[in-house]
Amino acid sequence: MTVSLRSALGFAAIAAAAFYALVVVPQGGDLTTMINGSIYASYAILALSLALIWGYGGVLSFGQAAFFGLAGYVYAVAGLNLGDTALAALIAVASAAAFAALLGYFMFWGRVSDVYLGVITLTVSLILYRFINQTAGEEWTIGAAPLGGFNGIPSTPIMTALGKPDETLMPEQIYALSVGALVVCYLICRLVIATRFGRAVVAIRENPVRAELLGYDTRFYKLGIFTLGGAIAGVGGVAFANSVFVSPTMFNLQTNGQVIIWVIVGGLGTLAGPVIGCFAMLSLSTWLGSLDGGGWTDPNLVMGVVLTFCVVALRKGLLPTALGLGERLFAVARERMGAPKLGEPRAAEDRP
Amino acid sequence: MDYAIIVLLQVVVTIANLALISAGLAVIFGMMRIINMAHGEFLMLGGYAALVSHQAGLNLWLSIFVVAPLVVGLVGAVIERLVIRRLYGRMIDTMLATWGVSLALVGLITVIFGNTVAGVSPPLGSLEIGAYAIGRYELLVAGVSALLFAAGWWVLARTPVGLIARAAMQNRDMAAALGVDPARVYAATFVTGAAISGLAGALIAPIAGVAPTIGAAYIAKTFITVISGGAAILAGTLSAAGLLGAVNAAFSFLTGPVLGEVALLACAVLLLRLLPQGVTGRFFRRSL
Repeated sequence: MTVSLRSALGFAAIAAAAFYALVVVPQGGDLTTMINGSIYASYAILALSLALIWGYGGVLSFGQAAFFGLAGYVYAVAGLNLGDTALAALIAVASAAAFAALLGYFMFWGRVSDVYLGVITLTVSLILYRFINQTAGEEWTIGAAPLGGFNGIPSTPIMTALGKPDETLMPEQIYALSVGALVVCYLICRLVIATRFGRAVVAIRENPVRAELLGYDTRFYKLGIFTLGGAIAGVGGVAFANSVFVSPTMFNLQTNGQVIIWVIVGGLGTLAGPVIGCFAMLSLSTWLGSLDGGGWTDPNLVMGVVLTFCVVALRKGLLPTALGLGERLFAVARERMGAPKLGEPRAAEDRP
Repeated sequence: MDYAIIVLLQVVVTIANLALISAGLAVIFGMMRIINMAHGEFLMLGGYAALVSHQAGLNLWLSIFVVAPLVVGLVGAVIERLVIRRLYGRMIDTMLATWGVSLALVGLITVIFGNTVAGVSPPLGSLEIGAYAIGRYELLVAGVSALLFAAGWWVLARTPVGLIARAAMQNRDMAAALGVDPARVYAATFVTGAAISGLAGALIAPIAGVAPTIGAAYIAKTFITVISGGAAILAGTLSAAGLLGAVNAAFSFLTGPVLGEVALLACAVLLLRLLPQGVTGRFFRRSL
């Protein structure tokens, strides 16, 4: 299969999925589907941000949820104080990006690498978690917004229609907004990867020393991709704040771990894979929660086994494995029809 | 004066506790470069093993010092066989696979024991110093922690087993050429680390209680201690635990336990920014 055909098919699949999510699902969707759909979409944006910085930038952030939660909280606080939710959302995404830039500067200019980088990002996320968790009580309010400690901010404002501050969006509209944001973020990631900047980032992932010898300042490129990842995670956080409300669980160890699981299950080194992984794992976990299997369908138990299995047996993740299988079938079919034999089936993605 | 002694003892106990719960992870990460995310669950399993055997009528000390390490060592052996063995040398993959193991263990224990907190009250009563008191049991735990590290140093530095283990970690192929089977050494190291975690989990169970999800409370703290320590297992873990534990205890006294934890984490971030290779990347470089 040629590269152009592959990417055309890929785009068609993405367009079909977006069409299905935006047009078909809302038709027969009840309220639960709408709300769950918004939550899944906001988590998928978070997964996308990690897919970008880890899969393409080679930066394993163990605390990507820090930006997700931070943006959610900034949105809630700014929204409650300003009243203008669109402005609050902008401030939230900008502050997530700024925080990522600051943290990235700290790490990349300190030449902190792999495991240590993971530990620092995780630690930052946990600091935020611990801090927000103990903010129950009167003294912890920012303007009109009580931080609410363990309970979060149940009064998180919901987006209003542009220019009409009294018209709060309905759950269907929040759903459309979240899925729309997911699609836009995906396209932004695709565009960035196609630019000169994106190619340099991938080159640095492949071989940092060689890239540096060729004159690229690796710190600058890593900082750039990390900041973009922070901003995208921030978009997810704002979407999440609109779907539910902000609470400290946005920062905790489970959320941080889940994102990594989605990326790995979906396929590291792809953008659509982690989104698929996120939707699949969340649906699986919701479905397991609704089952009554005498306790043996405990979501943790099943998720744990699935993750371990994926890492040990399915080394590349769902999407690349499926693509590889598809290409092999395609090659066999071509051969049967008498077409000249193709070489070795192309590796599905360039990342092992 | 009494107050100063109590504060000092409390700091020592905090440091010893941190070193104790990090020891198993330090063995597994330091020697094998495997980030064992199921470490918190090994501690949790140790707590449950001791608790269940004690409730079944066994002496508390036997449950803690014999049953818990045995049970968790056995679990470690099974996990090494099924999962870890396939992933040597793939650091990120081991981290993710052990994260899966950790989730599965949490789920399994929830299914068996339910999502409730269990515990026994710490034995031995308390030691009174003037108007203040500190649990005798906590002091005992600190003592065991010190003994454990001393024993670890002795085994690594002074016995043939320790020599073989260090050789296999340092240069796998050369050790294999000299007749050592690296796979067996790795398996034994993993099981040892798991057993130490089991012992640590059992020891802190009377102080902290056990619940299926309690591992999450430990994993970040221990992970950060071991990584901040750097390459040398014993000296690194001890120095990082000393620094982070002291910061934690000091801030807990001044501002309360939550900000104490925050201070510990913030201190670790600063430490890794200043010493990206951990404490023993710069100091005590030739130690174990």
